[in-house]
Amino acid sequence: STHASAHFIRNELAKAIRSRGGAHQANSLLGGVDEDGPSMYHLDYLGSLEKVNFGAQGYASYFSLSLMDRHWKKNMTMEEGKELLKLCISQLDTRFIINNPNFRLVAVTAEGKVLDEVLDGHAST
Amino acid sequence: WPEARGRPSCSDGGAWGRRRREREAQEAQEARRPRARTTMGSRYDSRTTVFSPEGRLFQVEYALLAIEQAGACVGVLAKDGVVIAAEKKTTSKLLAPPKTSEKLYMIDDHVACAVAGLTSDANVLISYLRRVAHNYKLQYQEPQPLEQLIQRVCDLKQGYTQFGGQRPFGVSFLYAGWDRHYGFQLYQSNPSGNYGGWKATAIGPNNQAASSLLKKEYKDECSIEEALKLSVKVLNKTMDSVTPTPDNMEFSVLRMNEETKKLVQHKMSNEEVQALLDELKQEEEEEKAREEAKAAK
Repeated sequence: STHASAHFIRNELAKAIRSRGGAHQANSLLGGVDEDGPSMYHLDYLGSLEKVNFGAQGYASYFSLSLMDRHWKKNMTMEEGKELLKLCISQLDTRFIINNPNFRLVAVTAEGKVLDEVLDGHAST
Repeated sequence: WPEARGRPSCSDGGAWGRRRREREAQEAQEARRPRARTTMGSRYDSRTTVFSPEGRLFQVEYALLAIEQAGACVGVLAKDGVVIAAEKKTTSKLLAPPKTSEKLYMIDDHVACAVAGLTSDANVLISYLRRVAHNYKLQYQEPQPLEQLIQRVCDLKQGYTQFGGQRPFGVSFLYAGWDRHYGFQLYQSNPSGNYGGWKATAIGPNNQAASSLLKKEYKDECSIEEALKLSVKVLNKTMDSVTPTPDNMEFSVLRMNEETKKLVQHKMSNEEVQALLDELKQEEEEEKAREEAKAAK
Protein backbone atom coordinates (compact mmCIF):
# COMPACT_ATOMS: atom_id res chain seq x y z
CA SER A 1 0.00 0.00 0.00
CA THR A 2 1.02 3.63 -0.47
CA HIS A 3 1.00 4.18 3.28
CA ALA A 4 3.32 1.23 3.89
CA SER A 5 5.71 2.26 1.11
CA ALA A 6 5.91 5.83 2.39
CA HIS A 7 6.66 4.69 5.92
CA PHE A 8 9.26 2.21 4.74
CA ILE A 9 11.10 4.92 2.81
CA ARG A 10 10.81 7.34 5.71
CA ASN A 11 12.36 4.71 7.96
CA GLU A 12 15.32 4.37 5.58
CA LEU A 13 15.75 8.14 5.43
CA ALA A 14 15.62 8.40 9.21
CA LYS A 15 18.22 5.65 9.58
CA ALA A 16 20.54 7.25 7.04
CA ILE A 17 20.64 10.72 8.53
CA ARG A 18 22.30 9.57 11.74
CA SER A 19 24.51 7.04 9.98
CA ARG A 20 28.14 7.28 8.96
CA GLY A 21 27.31 7.84 5.31
CA GLY A 22 24.86 10.59 6.09
CA ALA A 23 21.41 11.41 4.78
CA HIS A 24 20.10 10.30 1.43
CA GLN A 25 20.02 13.64 -0.32
CA ALA A 26 16.56 13.25 -1.74
CA ASN A 27 13.19 14.79 -1.09
CA SER A 28 10.15 13.22 -2.65
CA LEU A 29 6.49 13.33 -3.27
CA LEU A 30 5.10 9.80 -3.25
CA GLY A 31 1.66 9.21 -4.69
CA GLY A 32 -0.36 6.08 -5.31
CA VAL A 33 -3.74 4.45 -5.47
CA ASP A 34 -4.60 1.38 -3.36
CA GLU A 35 -7.49 -0.24 -1.53
CA ASP A 36 -8.01 2.90 0.52
CA GLY A 37 -8.06 5.12 -2.55
CA PRO A 38 -5.52 7.69 -3.80
CA SER A 39 -3.05 9.25 -1.39
CA MET A 40 0.08 11.36 -1.51
CA TYR A 41 2.98 11.73 0.90
CA HIS A 42 5.61 14.46 1.22
CA LEU A 43 9.00 13.13 2.38
CA ASP A 44 12.26 14.91 2.88
CA TYR A 45 15.90 14.00 3.37
CA LEU A 46 15.70 14.47 7.16
CA GLY A 47 13.13 11.71 7.47
CA SER A 48 9.98 13.73 7.90
CA LEU A 49 6.77 12.40 6.45
CA GLU A 50 3.38 13.97 6.00
CA LYS A 51 0.28 12.86 4.17
CA VAL A 52 -0.82 15.74 1.97
CA ASN A 53 -3.53 16.63 -0.51
CA PHE A 54 -1.13 18.67 -2.60
CA GLY A 55 2.56 19.34 -2.36
CA ALA A 56 5.67 20.80 -3.87
CA GLN A 57 9.41 20.30 -3.47
CA GLY A 58 12.17 22.77 -4.08
CA TYR A 59 11.81 26.44 -5.00
CA ALA A 60 8.51 25.67 -6.68
CA SER A 61 6.93 25.39 -3.26
CA TYR A 62 7.44 29.10 -2.55
CA PHE A 63 5.24 29.94 -5.48
CA SER A 64 2.84 27.05 -5.72
CA LEU A 65 1.74 26.14 -2.24
CA SER A 66 -0.32 29.25 -1.70
CA LEU A 67 -2.06 28.78 -5.04
CA MET A 68 -2.89 25.16 -4.29
CA ASP A 69 -4.06 26.12 -0.84
CA ARG A 70 -6.50 28.50 -2.42
CA HIS A 71 -7.75 26.35 -5.28
CA TRP A 72 -7.59 22.74 -4.17
CA LYS A 73 -10.84 21.10 -3.11
CA LYS A 74 -11.93 17.61 -2.24
CA ASN A 75 -12.90 15.21 -5.05
CA MET A 76 -11.41 17.32 -7.82
CA THR A 77 -11.49 15.66 -11.22
CA MET A 78 -8.41 14.81 -13.22
CA GLU A 79 -9.05 17.76 -15.52
CA GLU A 80 -9.43 20.22 -12.67
CA GLY A 81 -6.21 18.88 -11.17
CA LYS A 82 -4.36 19.36 -14.40
CA GLU A 83 -5.66 22.92 -14.66
CA LEU A 84 -4.44 23.70 -11.15
CA LEU A 85 -1.02 22.29 -11.99
CA LYS A 86 -0.84 24.34 -15.14
CA LEU A 87 -1.77 27.43 -13.13
CA CYS A 88 1.10 26.79 -10.75
CA ILE A 89 3.51 26.27 -13.62
CA SER A 90 2.38 29.47 -15.26
CA GLN A 91 3.06 31.42 -12.08
CA LEU A 92 6.50 29.87 -11.85
CA ASP A 93 7.03 30.94 -15.37
CA THR A 94 6.07 34.52 -14.48
CA ARG A 95 7.61 34.99 -11.07
CA PHE A 96 10.51 32.61 -10.71
CA ILE A 97 13.90 33.84 -11.85
CA ILE A 98 15.07 30.49 -13.14
CA ASN A 99 13.64 29.47 -16.48
CA ASN A 100 12.20 26.02 -16.17
CA PRO A 101 9.82 25.71 -19.08
CA ASN A 102 9.62 21.93 -19.50
CA PHE A 103 7.69 19.61 -17.21
CA ARG A 104 6.79 15.94 -17.37
CA LEU A 105 3.26 15.25 -16.20
CA VAL A 106 2.45 11.80 -14.83
CA ALA A 107 -0.91 10.65 -13.50
CA VAL A 108 -1.83 7.41 -11.71
CA THR A 109 -5.27 5.94 -11.13
CA ALA A 110 -6.57 2.61 -9.90
CA GLU A 111 -5.98 1.26 -13.39
CA GLY A 112 -2.34 2.25 -13.28
CA LYS A 113 -0.40 4.96 -15.03
CA VAL A 114 -2.82 6.75 -17.30
CA LEU A 115 -0.89 9.87 -18.27
CA ASP A 116 2.71 10.50 -19.13
CA GLU A 117 3.03 13.65 -21.15
CA VAL A 118 5.44 16.49 -21.58
CA LEU A 119 4.38 20.07 -21.05
CA ASP A 120 6.90 22.11 -22.87
CA GLY A 121 6.75 25.70 -21.86
CA HIS A 122 7.08 28.85 -23.82
CA ALA A 123 8.93 32.08 -23.21
CA SER A 124 6.45 34.61 -21.92
CA THR A 125 6.66 38.16 -22.97
CA TRP B 1 49.06 -47.85 13.33
CA PRO B 2 48.23 -46.63 16.81
CA GLU B 3 47.04 -50.11 17.77
CA ALA B 4 50.34 -51.56 16.87
CA ARG B 5 52.25 -48.95 18.77
CA GLY B 6 53.35 -49.87 22.13
CA ARG B 7 56.55 -50.80 23.73
CA PRO B 8 56.72 -54.49 24.10
CA SER B 9 59.80 -54.08 26.12
CA CYS B 10 57.85 -52.11 28.79
CA SER B 11 55.93 -54.25 31.25
CA ASP B 12 52.45 -52.98 30.32
CA GLY B 13 53.10 -51.95 26.71
CA GLY B 14 53.82 -48.27 27.39
CA ALA B 15 51.41 -45.34 27.17
CA TRP B 16 49.89 -46.38 23.88
CA GLY B 17 49.29 -49.87 25.08
CA ARG B 18 47.63 -48.55 28.20
CA ARG B 19 45.29 -46.35 26.15
CA ARG B 20 44.36 -49.24 23.93
CA ARG B 21 43.59 -51.49 26.86
CA GLU B 22 41.41 -48.80 28.51
CA ARG B 23 39.44 -48.31 25.34
CA GLU B 24 38.89 -52.02 24.89
CA ALA B 25 37.77 -52.39 28.48
CA GLN B 26 35.27 -49.57 28.07
CA GLU B 27 33.83 -51.03 24.89
CA ALA B 28 33.48 -54.44 26.51
CA GLN B 29 31.60 -52.82 29.39
CA GLU B 30 29.24 -50.98 27.05
CA ALA B 31 28.48 -54.13 25.13
CA ARG B 32 27.47 -55.78 28.39
CA ARG B 33 25.16 -52.87 29.36
CA PRO B 34 21.56 -53.48 28.28
CA ARG B 35 20.93 -51.25 25.29
CA ALA B 36 17.63 -49.39 25.41
CA ARG B 37 15.79 -50.73 22.43
CA THR B 38 14.10 -47.90 20.55
CA THR B 39 11.27 -48.87 18.32
CA MET B 40 12.09 -46.01 16.02
CA GLY B 41 15.34 -45.15 14.30
CA SER B 42 18.43 -46.53 15.88
CA ARG B 43 21.49 -45.16 14.15
CA TYR B 44 19.85 -42.20 12.44
CA ASP B 45 18.15 -40.50 15.31
CA SER B 46 20.88 -38.79 17.23
CA ARG B 47 21.46 -35.95 14.80
CA THR B 48 18.89 -33.67 13.25
CA THR B 49 20.92 -33.17 10.13
CA VAL B 50 20.70 -36.69 8.75
CA PHE B 51 17.85 -38.48 7.04
CA SER B 52 17.04 -42.09 7.86
CA PRO B 53 17.08 -44.57 5.01
CA GLU B 54 13.29 -44.27 4.84
CA GLY B 55 13.62 -40.52 4.44
CA ARG B 56 12.54 -39.53 7.95
CA LEU B 57 13.99 -36.92 10.28
CA PHE B 58 13.79 -38.66 13.62
CA GLN B 59 14.64 -35.68 15.81
CA VAL B 60 11.71 -33.79 14.32
CA GLU B 61 9.41 -36.73 14.93
CA TYR B 62 10.65 -37.07 18.51
CA ALA B 63 9.95 -33.37 19.01
CA LEU B 64 6.37 -34.00 17.91
CA LEU B 65 6.16 -36.81 20.44
CA ALA B 66 7.31 -34.45 23.18
CA ILE B 67 4.35 -32.22 22.35
CA GLU B 68 2.01 -35.14 22.97
CA GLN B 69 2.91 -34.85 26.65
CA ALA B 70 1.75 -31.24 26.93
CA GLY B 71 -1.67 -29.65 27.32
CA ALA B 72 -3.98 -29.74 24.32
CA CYS B 73 -5.08 -26.70 22.31
CA VAL B 74 -8.04 -26.23 19.98
CA GLY B 75 -8.71 -23.47 17.47
CA VAL B 76 -11.91 -22.69 15.56
CA LEU B 77 -12.39 -20.05 12.87
CA ALA B 78 -15.74 -18.26 12.90
CA LYS B 79 -17.27 -15.92 10.37
CA ASP B 80 -16.50 -12.83 12.42
CA GLY B 81 -13.69 -13.94 14.69
CA VAL B 82 -11.39 -16.70 15.91
CA VAL B 83 -11.52 -18.78 19.09
CA ILE B 84 -8.51 -20.56 20.59
CA ALA B 85 -8.80 -22.73 23.66
CA ALA B 86 -6.11 -24.40 25.75
CA GLU B 87 -6.01 -27.01 28.44
CA LYS B 88 -4.05 -25.97 31.50
CA LYS B 89 -2.20 -28.93 32.89
CA THR B 90 -1.70 -28.60 36.63
CA THR B 91 1.47 -30.54 37.32
CA SER B 92 1.47 -29.92 41.05
CA LYS B 93 -0.78 -28.32 43.64
CA LEU B 94 2.30 -26.71 45.14
CA LEU B 95 2.90 -24.63 42.03
CA ALA B 96 2.10 -20.96 42.59
CA PRO B 97 -0.69 -19.83 40.28
CA PRO B 98 0.98 -18.03 37.39
CA LYS B 99 0.26 -14.35 36.87
CA THR B 100 0.51 -14.69 33.13
CA SER B 101 -0.83 -17.52 31.06
CA GLU B 102 1.51 -20.32 30.07
CA LYS B 103 -0.65 -21.33 27.11
CA LEU B 104 -2.16 -18.25 25.48
CA TYR B 105 -0.02 -15.31 24.39
CA MET B 106 -0.59 -12.04 22.59
CA ILE B 107 1.94 -11.41 19.84
CA ASP B 108 0.56 -8.08 18.67
CA ASP B 109 -2.78 -6.29 18.68
CA HIS B 110 -3.93 -8.40 15.80
CA VAL B 111 -2.32 -11.81 16.56
CA ALA B 112 -2.66 -14.20 19.46
CA CYS B 113 -1.27 -17.69 19.80
CA ALA B 114 -1.67 -20.87 21.83
CA VAL B 115 1.28 -23.07 22.75
CA ALA B 116 1.63 -26.83 23.08
CA GLY B 117 4.96 -28.30 24.12
CA LEU B 118 8.07 -27.23 26.03
CA THR B 119 7.30 -23.90 27.65
CA SER B 120 10.94 -22.87 27.65
CA ASP B 121 11.23 -23.40 23.91
CA ALA B 122 7.95 -21.60 23.45
CA ASN B 123 9.20 -18.53 25.32
CA VAL B 124 12.09 -18.12 22.92
CA LEU B 125 9.83 -18.39 19.89
CA ILE B 126 7.23 -16.04 21.36
CA SER B 127 9.94 -13.40 21.90
CA TYR B 128 11.01 -13.87 18.30
CA LEU B 129 7.44 -13.59 17.00
CA ARG B 130 6.86 -10.41 18.97
CA ARG B 131 10.10 -8.90 17.77
CA VAL B 132 9.33 -9.65 14.11
CA ALA B 133 5.76 -8.36 14.34
CA HIS B 134 6.80 -5.14 16.04
CA ASN B 135 9.73 -4.50 13.73
CA TYR B 136 7.32 -4.73 10.81
CA LYS B 137 5.00 -2.29 12.54
CA LEU B 138 7.89 0.11 13.13
CA GLN B 139 8.93 0.04 9.49
CA TYR B 140 5.56 0.05 7.78
CA GLN B 141 3.30 1.55 10.46
CA GLU B 142 0.69 -1.11 9.86
CA PRO B 143 0.07 -4.57 11.34
CA GLN B 144 2.03 -7.37 9.71
CA PRO B 145 0.06 -9.74 7.47
CA LEU B 146 -0.40 -12.97 9.39
CA GLU B 147 1.07 -15.43 6.92
CA GLN B 148 4.24 -13.36 6.55
CA LEU B 149 4.83 -13.46 10.29
CA ILE B 150 4.24 -17.19 10.50
CA GLN B 151 6.53 -17.84 7.56
CA ARG B 152 9.36 -15.99 9.34
CA VAL B 153 9.13 -18.08 12.52
CA CYS B 154 8.69 -21.27 10.53
CA ASP B 155 11.84 -20.50 8.51
CA LEU B 156 13.63 -20.19 11.85
CA LYS B 157 12.27 -23.54 13.01
CA GLN B 158 13.23 -25.21 9.72
CA GLY B 159 16.81 -24.06 10.16
CA TYR B 160 17.09 -26.24 13.23
CA THR B 161 16.13 -29.28 11.17
CA GLN B 162 18.71 -28.79 8.49
CA PHE B 163 21.91 -27.32 9.90
CA GLY B 164 23.61 -26.28 13.11
CA GLY B 165 23.34 -29.65 14.79
CA GLN B 166 20.99 -28.27 17.48
CA ARG B 167 17.77 -29.97 18.37
CA PRO B 168 14.47 -28.62 16.98
CA PHE B 169 12.08 -26.58 19.11
CA GLY B 170 9.62 -28.84 20.89
CA VAL B 171 6.61 -26.58 20.39
CA SER B 172 3.56 -26.45 18.18
CA PHE B 173 1.59 -23.25 17.84
CA LEU B 174 -1.93 -22.24 16.97
CA TYR B 175 -2.09 -18.67 15.66
CA ALA B 176 -5.29 -16.64 15.62
CA GLY B 177 -5.19 -13.32 13.85
CA TRP B 178 -6.65 -10.79 11.49
CA ASP B 179 -5.26 -8.78 8.62
CA ARG B 180 -6.80 -6.55 6.01
CA HIS B 181 -5.92 -8.90 3.14
CA TYR B 182 -7.58 -12.13 4.29
CA GLY B 183 -9.63 -11.19 7.34
CA PHE B 184 -9.74 -13.61 10.27
CA GLN B 185 -7.36 -16.54 9.97
CA LEU B 186 -6.26 -19.58 11.97
CA TYR B 187 -2.85 -21.23 11.43
CA GLN B 188 -0.97 -24.13 12.94
CA SER B 189 2.81 -24.65 12.96
CA ASN B 190 5.12 -27.54 13.87
CA PRO B 191 8.67 -28.23 15.04
CA SER B 192 9.37 -29.23 11.44
CA GLY B 193 8.74 -25.68 10.28
CA ASN B 194 5.61 -26.69 8.40
CA TYR B 195 2.56 -24.51 8.72
CA GLY B 196 -0.97 -24.50 7.36
CA GLY B 197 -4.11 -22.43 7.47
CA TRP B 198 -7.10 -24.11 9.07
CA LYS B 199 -10.81 -23.66 9.64
CA ALA B 200 -10.58 -25.73 12.82
CA THR B 201 -7.72 -27.72 14.25
CA ALA B 202 -6.18 -29.14 17.43
CA ILE B 203 -2.63 -29.70 18.69
CA GLY B 204 -1.19 -31.69 21.58
CA PRO B 205 -2.43 -34.97 23.05
CA ASN B 206 -5.44 -36.63 21.47
CA ASN B 207 -5.33 -34.20 18.59
CA GLN B 208 -6.47 -36.90 16.16
CA ALA B 209 -9.62 -37.52 18.17
CA ALA B 210 -10.16 -33.79 18.45
CA SER B 211 -9.66 -33.27 14.72
CA SER B 212 -12.11 -35.99 13.76
CA LEU B 213 -14.71 -34.51 16.09
CA LEU B 214 -14.08 -31.06 14.61
CA LYS B 215 -14.40 -32.46 11.11
CA LYS B 216 -17.79 -33.86 11.97
CA GLU B 217 -19.22 -30.87 13.75
CA TYR B 218 -17.59 -27.78 12.22
CA LYS B 219 -19.88 -25.57 10.17
CA ASP B 220 -18.56 -23.03 7.71
CA GLU B 221 -19.37 -19.41 8.54
CA CYS B 222 -20.36 -20.26 12.09
CA SER B 223 -20.74 -17.48 14.64
CA ILE B 224 -18.29 -16.87 17.46
CA GLU B 225 -20.77 -18.31 19.97
CA GLU B 226 -21.07 -21.52 17.96
CA ALA B 227 -17.29 -21.67 17.62
CA LEU B 228 -16.93 -21.28 21.39
CA LYS B 229 -19.39 -24.08 22.05
CA LEU B 230 -17.62 -26.34 19.61
CA SER B 231 -14.21 -25.65 21.09
CA VAL B 232 -15.45 -26.31 24.65
CA LYS B 233 -16.94 -29.60 23.51
CA VAL B 234 -13.80 -30.70 21.71
CA LEU B 235 -11.45 -29.61 24.49
CA ASN B 236 -13.56 -31.55 26.99
CA LYS B 237 -13.25 -34.70 24.92
CA THR B 238 -9.47 -34.45 24.68
CA MET B 239 -8.85 -33.67 28.34
CA ASP B 240 -8.15 -36.52 30.72
CA SER B 241 -10.05 -35.09 33.67
CA VAL B 242 -13.60 -36.24 34.20
CA THR B 243 -15.08 -32.98 35.46
CA PRO B 244 -14.13 -29.93 33.41
CA THR B 245 -13.68 -26.78 35.45
CA PRO B 246 -12.66 -23.24 34.47
CA ASP B 247 -9.37 -23.84 36.31
CA ASN B 248 -8.28 -26.34 33.66
CA MET B 249 -9.19 -24.36 30.58
CA GLU B 250 -8.41 -21.04 28.97
CA PHE B 251 -10.23 -19.37 26.10
CA SER B 252 -9.25 -16.42 23.98
CA VAL B 253 -11.55 -14.79 21.44
CA LEU B 254 -10.35 -12.45 18.70
CA ARG B 255 -13.13 -10.33 17.21
CA MET B 256 -13.81 -6.92 15.71
CA ASN B 257 -15.72 -4.50 17.88
CA GLU B 258 -18.63 -3.33 15.74
CA GLU B 259 -18.81 0.21 17.07
CA THR B 260 -15.17 1.17 17.39
CA LYS B 261 -14.11 -0.99 14.42
CA LYS B 262 -11.10 -2.07 16.46
CA LEU B 263 -9.79 -5.57 17.02
CA VAL B 264 -10.35 -6.93 20.50
CA GLN B 265 -8.57 -9.89 22.07
CA HIS B 266 -10.61 -11.10 24.99
CA LYS B 267 -9.41 -13.72 27.47
CA MET B 268 -12.50 -15.25 29.01
CA SER B 269 -12.87 -14.98 32.75
CA ASN B 270 -13.56 -17.96 34.99
CA GLU B 271 -17.23 -16.98 35.24
CA GLU B 272 -17.65 -16.82 31.48
CA VAL B 273 -15.97 -20.20 31.07
CA GLN B 274 -18.20 -21.67 33.75
CA ALA B 275 -21.25 -20.32 31.91
CA LEU B 276 -20.04 -22.04 28.74
CA LEU B 277 -19.47 -25.31 30.59
CA ASP B 278 -22.94 -25.12 32.14
CA GLU B 279 -24.47 -24.55 28.70
CA LEU B 280 -22.58 -27.52 27.34
CA LYS B 281 -23.66 -29.73 30.22
CA GLN B 282 -27.28 -28.68 29.73
CA GLU B 283 -27.16 -29.46 26.02
CA GLU B 284 -25.61 -32.86 26.69
CA GLU B 285 -28.33 -33.68 29.21
CA GLU B 286 -31.03 -32.60 26.78
CA GLU B 287 -29.42 -34.75 24.10
CA LYS B 288 -29.30 -37.71 26.47
CA ALA B 289 -32.96 -37.21 27.43
CA ARG B 290 -33.93 -37.15 23.76
CA GLU B 291 -31.99 -40.35 23.10
CA GLU B 292 -33.66 -42.07 26.02
CA ALA B 293 -37.09 -40.94 24.88
CA LYS B 294 -36.34 -42.30 21.40
CA ALA B 295 -35.08 -45.61 22.81
CA ALA B 296 -38.15 -45.93 25.04
CA LYS B 297 -40.41 -45.60 21.99
